[in-house]
Amino acid sequence: MMFDQEILTHNLMKEYIRDLIEKGQRLDGRGLYDYRPIEVLSGTFTKAEGESWLRLGETQVLVGVKADLGEPFPDTPDKGVFVSNVELLPVASPTFEPGPPDEGAIELARIVDRAIRSADAIDLSSLVISPGKLVYMLFLDMYVLDYDGNLEDSLTLASLIALGRTEIPEVELKENGELEVRETKRRLELRDIPINFTFVKIGNRMLLDPTKEEEGVCDASITIAINGEGKVCSIQKKHGTFKMDEILNMMSVARAKWSELAEIVRGAI
Amino acid sequence: MPLYVERRPERLITGEGVRTDGRLPYEMRPIKMMVGVLERADGSAFVEWGGNRILAAVFGPREVHPKHMTLPDRALIRARYNMAPFSTPERRRPGPDRRSIELSKVIREALKPAIFVENYPGAVIDIFVEVLRSDAGTRVAGINAASLALASAGVAMRGLVAACSIGRVGEFIVVDPNHDEDMWGDSDMPMAMMMESEEITLLQADGTLTEDEFKQALELGRKAIRFVYEVQKEALKRPYQLVERGVGRLS
Repeated sequence: MMFDQEILTHNLMKEYIRDLIEKGQRLDGRGLYDYRPIEVLSGTFTKAEGESWLRLGETQVLVGVKADLGEPFPDTPDKGVFVSNVELLPVASPTFEPGPPDEGAIELARIVDRAIRSADAIDLSSLVISPGKLVYMLFLDMYVLDYDGNLEDSLTLASLIALGRTEIPEVELKENGELEVRETKRRLELRDIPINFTFVKIGNRMLLDPTKEEEGVCDASITIAINGEGKVCSIQKKHGTFKMDEILNMMSVARAKWSELAEIVRGAI
Repeated sequence: MPLYVERRPERLITGEGVRTDGRLPYEMRPIKMMVGVLERADGSAFVEWGGNRILAAVFGPREVHPKHMTLPDRALIRARYNMAPFSTPERRRPGPDRRSIELSKVIREALKPAIFVENYPGAVIDIFVEVLRSDAGTRVAGINAASLALASAGVAMRGLVAACSIGRVGEFIVVDPNHDEDMWGDSDMPMAMMMESEEITLLQADGTLTEDEFKQALELGRKAIRFVYEVQKEALKRPYQLVERGVGRLS
C-alpha cells in the first residue's frame, strides 16, 4: 500500500496543497510542468557493469546493470535476456517494509521495462552469442534509496543512464565449444531514449513530477513514455480517472519536454 | 521441449486490412455476457469474448480480514486477477506471477472510481477475476465481467466500467486485437471507461504509437467501449426482464 499516501500526508497539508494548485502554484515554487533539479552523482558505488545514482529533488535512486551468461528463453532463441526489478528499500521511507516486491514495486519495474522494451532502446539481438544456446543476460536492478515521489521518472532516467554506461566483457565461443572471456569490453548501445513522464491530476490541474505530498493528495495519476521520435511507447494510468482531452494535453507537454530530459541522460552517459 | 510452439503467421494483416481471423480493422470479436452464474458469490458474471472465457465474482461489502486493513471512512477494494493453469496452450504454474500482480492492481484501479466506496465504511469488497481460457484481451474482458459482477452484487456504482483493447498492426489501428496481434502486433492499448461520464479508468500502452495513431486509437477505443457497454447493460437487465402472459386458460 505504498501509494496510499494518506498515511503520510496530513489533512491540513492536503488542503493547503490543493488550494495552491488551484491557483497554479506548487509548494516548492515550481511551475506545473517543471521537474525538480536532477543530479547524477559521480563516483562508483557498485560492482555493476553500468550504474547510476540519481537525485530528483529529494528522491534518490541507485540503478545497477549486471551482466551474466545464460540460455535464452525458448520462444526468443535469437534474443538476449533483459530482466528488470525494483526494490523499495526500508531506508527510503518510514512506510516501506522489508520483504518481497509488492504490487507497487512490481508495477514500477514493469513501467520502466515496458518503456525501454517498446522503444527497442536495447538491441536484444546483439546480446546473442550462440542462438538458442548462449546469450548475455542483463539484470536491471533498481534500488530506491529515498522516496519523495515520482519514482517512475527517476528510475527510468537512472536506468537509461546506467544502461548507456554499461560495458560487458567480450566473449568468444570457440569451435571446440569452449568459452573464452576476454579482457576487452564492449559498450552496450542505447538506441533510443524513452522517457517516462509522470503526471498527477489535482482538481482540474495536471502537474508533472509530483512530490510524495502531491502524490498523496492527487485525484489521478498516469505515466506516459515518449521516445526520440515523439512516439508514445508506453502508458500506465494508475489510480483515478482522466478525460480524453486531458490525456492528449499531457501528451503534448511530455513531447515538448522530451529533449530537456534526454539531454540530461546523454550528458550523464 | 515444449509441446506447444507458437508460430507467427506469415502476415498479420493484408493490404486491404483483413486480419488473421478474417476480421476487418474495426470489427470486434463475438461477445457473450451472462450475469449471476454463481450461487455463493454476492455477484457474478461470465464473459465470452472471442476465445476468452472469464468468470468474475464479487463478495461484499463484508467484514475486512485481516482487520488492520480496515478503512474507517470507506470501503476497501481488493481485486485478484488469476489465470487458470489450463487457460493457456502450455500449462501455467498456478499462483500469481508478476504480470498477474500488475493486472490485479490496474483492474482494481479501473473499477474503484466507479464504486461509491464512502457508502461502505469499514467494509471490504473483494473482486475476483478468473481467466478460464485466454485468447488476448483477458484484462479488458475481466474488467467487463467484474463490472457486471459488482453491479449484480448490488454495489452502489457511478456507472458500469466497460473495457476494450486497441492494437496497431503495421499501419492499421485495429479494435479488439486477437491472439496473433497480441503476440506479434506492434502495439497494444487496453482501455476502460465509465461511459456515462466518459472518464477513462484504465489506460495502458505497450509498443509505439505516433501522435496521430494515438488519437485514432483513443477514439476507436471510445467507440468500442460504447459498443461493449451496450452489451453489458443488456446482460444486466436480462434476468429482470418483464414476463407477460395473456389470459391463461387451464384445462
